[in-house]
Amino acid sequence: MRGELHYDAVVIGAGTAGLVAGARLAQGGARVCVLAKGVGSTHLAPATIDVLGYAPDRVAAAGPALERFAASRPDHPYVLLGVDAVAEAVRWFGSTVESGPLPGYRYIGDLERNLLLPTAVGALRPSALVPETMAAGDAAGGERVCIVGTRSLRDFHPALCAANLRRAGIDARSVDVEIELDRADANTLGLARRFDDPAWRAGFAARLALKLQAHESVGLPAMLGLRDPHGAWSDVQHRLGRPVFEIPTLPPSVPGMRLFEILRATLRRAGGRLVVGAEVVSAERSGSRIASVATASAGHQARYAAPWFVLASGGFGSGAIELDSHWDTHERVFGLPLRGLPEPGQARFVGDYFAEQPMARVGVAVDSSLVAEGADNVVVAGAALPGAIPWREGSGEGIALASGSHAAQLVLARSGAPAGAAA
Amino acid sequence: MSEDGGVLGELMRGSLDHCVKCTICETQCPVSNVTPLFPGPKYAGPQAERYRVALEPSVDSSVDYCSGCGICSMVCPQGVKIAEINSQARNRLKQQKGIPVRDRIITRPTWLGRVGTPVAPIANLTLGARPLRILGEKVLKVHRHAAAPKFAGRRFSRWARGRTSPPTGRKIVYFHGCGTEYYEPWEGEKVVQILEHNGFEVVVPKQDCCGLPLQSSGLFDDARKVVTALARALVPYVRDDPDTIIVGNATSCTLMLKREAREILSLEHDPDLKLVSERTYDICELLLELHDRGELKTALEPVNEHIAYHAPCQQQGHWIGKPALELFALIPGLEVSEMNARCCGIAGTYGLKAEKYDIAMAVGADLFAQVRESGAREVACDSETCRWQITHATGLASAHPIDYLHRAYGL
Repeated sequence: MRGELHYDAVVIGAGTAGLVAGARLAQGGARVCVLAKGVGSTHLAPATIDVLGYAPDRVAAAGPALERFAASRPDHPYVLLGVDAVAEAVRWFGSTVESGPLPGYRYIGDLERNLLLPTAVGALRPSALVPETMAAGDAAGGERVCIVGTRSLRDFHPALCAANLRRAGIDARSVDVEIELDRADANTLGLARRFDDPAWRAGFAARLALKLQAHESVGLPAMLGLRDPHGAWSDVQHRLGRPVFEIPTLPPSVPGMRLFEILRATLRRAGGRLVVGAEVVSAERSGSRIASVATASAGHQARYAAPWFVLASGGFGSGAIELDSHWDTHERVFGLPLRGLPEPGQARFVGDYFAEQPMARVGVAVDSSLVAEGADNVVVAGAALPGAIPWREGSGEGIALASGSHAAQLVLARSGAPAGAAA
Repeated sequence: MSEDGGVLGELMRGSLDHCVKCTICETQCPVSNVTPLFPGPKYAGPQAERYRVALEPSVDSSVDYCSGCGICSMVCPQGVKIAEINSQARNRLKQQKGIPVRDRIITRPTWLGRVGTPVAPIANLTLGARPLRILGEKVLKVHRHAAAPKFAGRRFSRWARGRTSPPTGRKIVYFHGCGTEYYEPWEGEKVVQILEHNGFEVVVPKQDCCGLPLQSSGLFDDARKVVTALARALVPYVRDDPDTIIVGNATSCTLMLKREAREILSLEHDPDLKLVSERTYDICELLLELHDRGELKTALEPVNEHIAYHAPCQQQGHWIGKPALELFALIPGLEVSEMNARCCGIAGTYGLKAEKYDIAMAVGADLFAQVRESGAREVACDSETCRWQITHATGLASAHPIDYLHRAYGL
């Protein structure tokens, strides 16, 4: 057929789950193409690897809690995946970052202890793995902390962050550092590019050093370099002679852009394709299987055919699952059946915003192998899966890593492509 | 803006309501990341559009610094037509503030080509001469250092007219564009030879500019005339033959035919342009598809070369990934470093303009550094103006990706 390309597997979505699935499929020897409507969740999220933070109380160690968590939530993706799969995916991720395109940059942590990192408003969030540039923010360290901001960065308020940390019992204060800018304001990305410049960050560190007191660590908005964050962070830390850590910010997320670049480079290095701007607009079925998908490329549609598809398109957040104005809920890529919907006549939402919302666990109905019901060659990964509430559980990246890895391994095993390299 | 947008214009403008202010476009914009003169696609597009009222003066002219590369629309996860909204805003701004003489000249590759080609040696010498470039900068506002191509002194269409493809029954229409016609006719000769080598009977219709330079400088009425004339010239070759397609090597011009003319110039309902749009292929897109079907000849000799490959913005705008990389992988001995920078800065005619040259060079700085660090000896890139810019900035030779396939075929 004109306009059609053939692959061993096609992945839909280029968030963490999709990029992990694509990279691991390519590493396993499959010819893989990752299709993405646009650049997605990585650029908006803190880039910490949250495996399990609340169940429902705050979790001190993700690994042991996962075992207990499984019994109470039989429909949860973690239960279907198993704890070993989560641990394996986390190990793969750690080594992938270290062999990735950002020299020296790595993640710190494991499933044995959650780190508690300050957010931009000074709350403490539990994460299993965090960029090295954030690790010194672990509140368990009990240091005195100075939160540093700059007035040019209007989305980060160091005084607010420090005040809330004090409420959590941490000895925190805040300072502002002047930054010379050629524009009215800046975002973290613009500043991160400046931190990549050794001369610029030396000047910044010199101005900041004058404002610091003895025995306090330094918390900065996450902007310590895009191309060479390890170099920028180490250098600033060395110049200030004390621990320095990044605090995740409002978008754009600089650590998230680093994460995207690491996973993108891993996919490309293994020979996988990435097509951005390729929204899937229709799919062709052959009985209970998907034969191909069509994307809205310029002029005419482009078709991608494969024996296997990985659906990593996200949930309500990305718009891949939608609740329309008629109150009907759809999975928009393949029109697959959903699970977790409230029964007709039951409430879809409850008044308390922070209570568990009846719609919150909606996802694509899957079997125990995470294969979609009604589409035998579609494996589901990431936020499209039912049964989890990532934002309440602090589980989004853990599910993305483990289900993306699982999807790759399942496809490699069932399609008989040369396996082994993926492990 | 319905006065120049029609129904589609309203839909496009309506897409701004899908903007959730996530800032992903701002992370990718090549221009706003290097200059405060352009505040970024989100600010100039979905946000500022709310303050643009039909027939009233524009309140802000910063959108003129948008280079029109289209990256913002490609990366938007919500499907907002950011680049298209900004292009239309730029057009309205030009209508209100007037169009510089320069923009009326440098956006007419056909005029320039017809005048320059017969006197190429003199024209190249004069246009390359420093005193004249300084004069050109003062009078016309074309930057004295900007990358300017050299007239080849011969026209591709003359070569094409002097020969006939061996009849194979597999017809294909070649849209060569102005760059091939006046500046790099050898690229077109290679395209024809590669297509013939793979069993195509190549037809080269009489054709003219696609209107992209006019469109990107905000001269929409002129651009509409030019692109519809091109569509009228091409459509007879595909109208009655569902198997025939149009292929081009000028990736920004094929994108103009495929989508930009229809969306930005609001020509969605022109039936000829619609058919041409659906049948137009980028050359690498076509060759990859042939390979996928097992129809591309793969008897390839080694090309022992290390090249850097930059997929230009307009090629990325086809939303088909980077097919050139798959083609390179077929060529034995060819070592390819994939560049991971957004844009070379030139954006067609943007980087020629005196007030924008420095911005364009700053935009491209990341790419130029990556090219140098790669150690590659040549640069492959699908767009001719980008190749001229890259060569201007790095001093390295540059070529269209199909050059390497041509060499590997031994044609």
